[in-house]
Amino acid sequence: MEIIQIVMIGIIASILYMVLKEINASFAFFLVLVTAILIFLAVIQQIGIIFRMIESLGNKANVDGMYMQTILKIIGIAYITELGANLTKDAGLGSVAAKIELAGKIFILLLAVPIITAVIEAILSFVSAV
Amino acid sequence: MGIDASMLFQIAGIGIIVALIHTILKQMGKEDMAHFATIIGFVIVMVMVVNQLSDLFQQIKSVFLFQG
Repeated sequence: MEIIQIVMIGIIASILYMVLKEINASFAFFLVLVTAILIFLAVIQQIGIIFRMIESLGNKANVDGMYMQTILKIIGIAYITELGANLTKDAGLGSVAAKIELAGKIFILLLAVPIITAVIEAILSFVSAV
Repeated sequence: MGIDASMLFQIAGIGIIVALIHTILKQMGKEDMAHFATIIGFVIVMVMVVNQLSDLFQQIKSVFLFQG
C-alpha cells in the first residue's frame, strides 16, 4: 500500500515542519521542498506506466505520434508548473507563483501551436472546397 | 517500491542542531561565528535538496518529454 506510506510521509513532514518553523524558518521551507520531491518521485513511476498504456492505445488507434507526444508534454509541463507554483506560494511569494503559472500557460500554448495550425488549415481547405 | 523518508529526518535534525549551535555560539558572545554556522548548515542542506531536485527533474524529463 503505497498510499499509506505517502500519507504517513505527509503527516510526519507536517509535524517536523511545526517543530522546525519555530526555531529555523529557512530549514522548514527545505523540509516542505523535500516532502514534495519525495512524494512526486514516488508517483512518477506510476505515471510512466499509465503513459505507456496511453501511448500503446494511441498506436492501436493510429493516432499520429506527434499529437500524442504533444499531449503528454503538455501534461508534464502542467505538473511541473503546479509543483513550482505551489512551492513558491508556500514560501510566501504569491506573485512569483502567479508568474510561474503564466509561464506554464504560455509554454502549453506554444506547444499547441502546430495542432491549432493543423486544425485551422483543415477548416480552410473545407471552406475553399465548398 | 519503498519511499526513502530518511532525508526528511536528516533535514529536520540538521535544522534543529544548527539552531542549537547558533544559540550556544550567540550565548558565548560570538555572533559572527553563529551566523557562519547557520550559513554552513544551510548550504549543506541546500546541496542535498538540489541533488534530489535534479534527480526528480531527470525523472520528469524521461517520463513526460521522452528524453534519455
